[in-house]
Amino acid sequence: MPAGETYPDDLRYHKEHDWARIEGEEAVLGITWFAQDALGELVHYESPNEGDTISKDAPYGEVESVKAVSDVIAPLSGEVLQVNQKVVAEPETVNDDPYGEGWLIRIRLTDAGEAESLLDADAYKQVVAEA
Amino acid sequence: MKLIFEKSQAGRRAGELPRYELPSAGVPEELRRREAPRLPEIAEPEIVRHFTELSSRNFGIDTGFYPLGSCTMKYNPRVNERLAMLPGFRDLHPHQEEDAIQGALELMWRLQEALIEVSGLHACSLQPAAGSQGELTGLMLMRAYFADRGEADRRDTIITADTAHGTNPASVTMAGYKLAKVDTDARGNINLDHLRELVDERTAGLMLTNPSTLGLFDEHIEEIAGIFHKAGALLYYDGANLNAVCGISRPGDMGFDIVHINLHKTFSQPHGGGGPGGGPIVVRDRLEPFLPVPAVVQEGERFRLDYDRPKSIGKVRGFTGPFGVFVRSYAYIRSYGPRLREMSETAVLNANYLLARLREVYDLPYDRLCMHEFVLSARTLKREHGISALDVAKRLMDYGFHPPTIYFPLVVAEALMIEPTETEAKETLDAFAEAMIAIAREAREDPEVLRDAPHNRPVRRLDEVKAAKRAIVKYGFEEHLDLGDEPAQSRQLETQRGA
Repeated sequence: MPAGETYPDDLRYHKEHDWARIEGEEAVLGITWFAQDALGELVHYESPNEGDTISKDAPYGEVESVKAVSDVIAPLSGEVLQVNQKVVAEPETVNDDPYGEGWLIRIRLTDAGEAESLLDADAYKQVVAEA
Repeated sequence: MKLIFEKSQAGRRAGELPRYELPSAGVPEELRRREAPRLPEIAEPEIVRHFTELSSRNFGIDTGFYPLGSCTMKYNPRVNERLAMLPGFRDLHPHQEEDAIQGALELMWRLQEALIEVSGLHACSLQPAAGSQGELTGLMLMRAYFADRGEADRRDTIITADTAHGTNPASVTMAGYKLAKVDTDARGNINLDHLRELVDERTAGLMLTNPSTLGLFDEHIEEIAGIFHKAGALLYYDGANLNAVCGISRPGDMGFDIVHINLHKTFSQPHGGGGPGGGPIVVRDRLEPFLPVPAVVQEGERFRLDYDRPKSIGKVRGFTGPFGVFVRSYAYIRSYGPRLREMSETAVLNANYLLARLREVYDLPYDRLCMHEFVLSARTLKREHGISALDVAKRLMDYGFHPPTIYFPLVVAEALMIEPTETEAKETLDAFAEAMIAIAREAREDPEVLRDAPHNRPVRRLDEVKAAKRAIVKYGFEEHLDLGDEPAQSRQLETQRGA
C-alpha cells in the first residue's frame, strides 16, 4: 500500500526532495513522500557503492519509474557506509515507506555543519506547496 | 484475440517448397540446428486474417488525431509514397556505378541544398538515420573540431537545458562528454544567470532545441549564442521542433553551428512504426571538413560521392543513408516550394488555437503564446480530484484520440504536451478540445470513470510497472506445454535428414 503524505518533524530536508536523518556523525538519506508520489511506483534504484564519497547538492544515485529517471541529490556530504539492499531488490519499498524501510543509504558525515543549510519540515512543506 | 502461436496446429503449412536436391553446404556439425525453430504453423488465409485483425487494432495518423507532443505526427502525403515507389528509385542498388545513379545523387544533393537553406548553414550530411544518431554525429564533429584545434582535452563538458529531450544527455554521455544542466527561468527561457555560471574554458558546447520542449521560443537566443561563442564553444540545435520555424527563422541565424533535422517529423517521412527515420546534420563552414564520408557533391553537370575528406569523422551509417526517406522528404519540401513557411505558420496557429480553448480548463505553467506545441498541467485535477495526467491520457483513448505526450518535460508536474501539427482541420481540433474539456468535467463529477479508463479499447489499463519490471518479450513455450510439448520429432529439420 502506498504511504499517505507526511513530512516527519525529526528529519531535515533538501529542496530537491531528499531527506536526512542525522544520527551523531552519521546520517540516513532517502527521498521524500512528494518525490516518490511524483515519480510513481519505482522500478529501479541505481545505488552508489559502499565506500563512495558523495557531495552535498550533487547526484549520488538514480531512481526510475515508468514515467521518468531521476537523479537522487545528496542533502549532505559524506562517505557511504551502507546501501539499503532491500530497496535495490524491491525499489517499490520506497513508495510503501519512504522514511522507514525505504531509506536509501547511510553515510558518515564529512561536515556536520552542512546540516544548518537544510530545511525543517515546515519549510519543506512550503517548497512542496509551491511545486 | 489469440496470439499467432495459440493458433498454431502441428504440421499445418502455408505453402510447400520443392524438395531440396542440391548438395548441402558444409556447415560444421556443432553449428547446425538440432531442432527446427518453433515457428507457428498456420495456413495462409489464417495468417492474412491474423495480421489484418491486428492492423485494425492499431492507431496511427491515418486513423485519427495524434497530438503526441515533440513527435510531429503530421499526415504523410500519399504522393510521397508514389514517388518513392518509382522503379528508378525503388530498384536501385547501393553498389551501382555512379553513372547509373546520377538521378538519385542529384536528388540527395538537392535535398541537402534545401536543408542547408532551411537551416541557414553551409554543408549537409544525410547519413544519420535518426535524430539521436544526428546528435551523436554532431557531438563527434565537435570533438573532431576541437581536436583539430588542440582543445579536445580541455573542453570536456556539454550543457543541456533541464527541458531537453532525454536523447540529449544520453548522446552527451555516449560521446564521452560530461553533462551540465542549465535551469529554465519563470518565463520558460534558459536561466541566463545560471548559464553564465556554467560556461567556462572547459565547455565544448550547448545542445538546445528552440522552440524548447515547452513549445516556447527562447527570447534570449542571440545572447545565449554570444555566451558560447565568446567562450570558444559551439552550439548544437536539436531539430526535433523545427516544424515550428521553417521559413520563419533559421538555426544558423540564431547562432547555432550544427543542426540535426528529423526528416520523419518536419518533412513527413512516416514514423512511429511506419518506416525508418532520417536525421541529417547541417553545419557551419568551419565544421564541414569533419562531416561523414561519402559526401554527395556536384561537379559541373555531374554528381558524385566524395570520399577524399582527410579530416572526416568517417562513416556513421551503411552506404549513403535511408534513401527512400530522402525521396519522400524531398518530394514534401518541393510540394510546398517557396510556401514552406505556411506549413510552420499553420502548425503554430493550430497549437495556439487549441491552447486558447484549453487554458481555462487545465493549468498553464508558462503563460505565453506558444509555438507548434504547448504544455498543460493536470496539477489542479490531481490535487483536487486525485486525477493524474495519466488518467486524462487514458480517457482520451475512449474519445478516439491518441493521447498527448505525458510527464515530459520533467520541469512541469503532471505534464500534458500537445502538438496538433498543421495537417489537422479545425473540426478535429474542436473535437479534441471538447473531449479534453469533457474529461476535466468527468474528473470533478465522476472521477472513477477516469481511473479505470480506457473502457472501450482492445485492451484496458495496462500495468506499466509490471511491464517495466517483468517485461515478457518472447512467447513462453514453457508456460504453454500443450504447444511446447509438441513431439520433438515433428520439428526435426528436413534438411538434416537430407544431409
